[in-house]
Amino acid sequence: MSGSQVNGAGGRKSLKLLIVDDSNIMRRRIERSQQFEELEVVGTAGNGIEALEMFRKTDPDMVTMDLTMPQMDGIECISKLVQLKPAVRILVISALADKATAVEAMERGANGFLNKPFTDRQLNEAIAELMT
Amino acid sequence: MLREEELKTFVEGTTNYFEVAAQQPATIGSPYLMEGAPAVHDYTGVISISGKREGVVYFTAPRAMLTVLLMKMQENDFSHETMRDLVGEVANTISGNARRDFGRDFVISVPSVLAGEKPSLAQKPGQRSFIIPINWRSHSAKLVVSLS
Repeated sequence: MSGSQVNGAGGRKSLKLLIVDDSNIMRRRIERSQQFEELEVVGTAGNGIEALEMFRKTDPDMVTMDLTMPQMDGIECISKLVQLKPAVRILVISALADKATAVEAMERGANGFLNKPFTDRQLNEAIAELMT
Repeated sequence: MLREEELKTFVEGTTNYFEVAAQQPATIGSPYLMEGAPAVHDYTGVISISGKREGVVYFTAPRAMLTVLLMKMQENDFSHETMRDLVGEVANTISGNARRDFGRDFVISVPSVLAGEKPSLAQKPGQRSFIIPINWRSHSAKLVVSLS
């Protein structure tokens, strides 16, 4: 299932966000629940390969990244995104709740880790941390 | 076979999912054992487990329950594809959360989804499935854990 979509540019936004998750429901949920006016969702992707394509097209400042995805998982994708743009800020949003996975994601270049399921408040706190 | 504390991991994961994602707790019935696969509801999200444990974890629920769950999540798409997406995501979340206790070698697949069909369980002789009954609002669903 393709989850890739490019959104139009907004006027007052200053930070571009790419949402990567193999679930349509989760992608919509993250887009709907984030409450930061300065964030513009520039695209979505349903796996790591789509994420790389969208990343090259949209040059986002921030990425929310699922880990368990078909074709290319989030851990591999994080490494590739960081190679393309070392300054990108990546928030992992995953059900995988073991410490070793969180540590590996951070070692690969992620900047934050939020476990599923999450509340809107937890999501916005995690995004706020990423923006500081 | 699952040990009691391992079963508790899945019960707690299920409870947590409904509390957080649906903002309304579910009541978990007494888990029970059975050989083979139990009857399924309209949609079933299946996660294959490999690594230090092998088997499947699946979440099966009726369309009516999934519709209400989607409404609680402020979704407005109630299509067949969205139902499939949701059962896969529930199964993925509960299985992924189990790694908090089982560790990283509890390897979970991406979800596969069945609509109205029973998953095929490749069980070893004597292996049984734990069924965790889930009651949420007026609906009933099941989490099935079959691990060797």
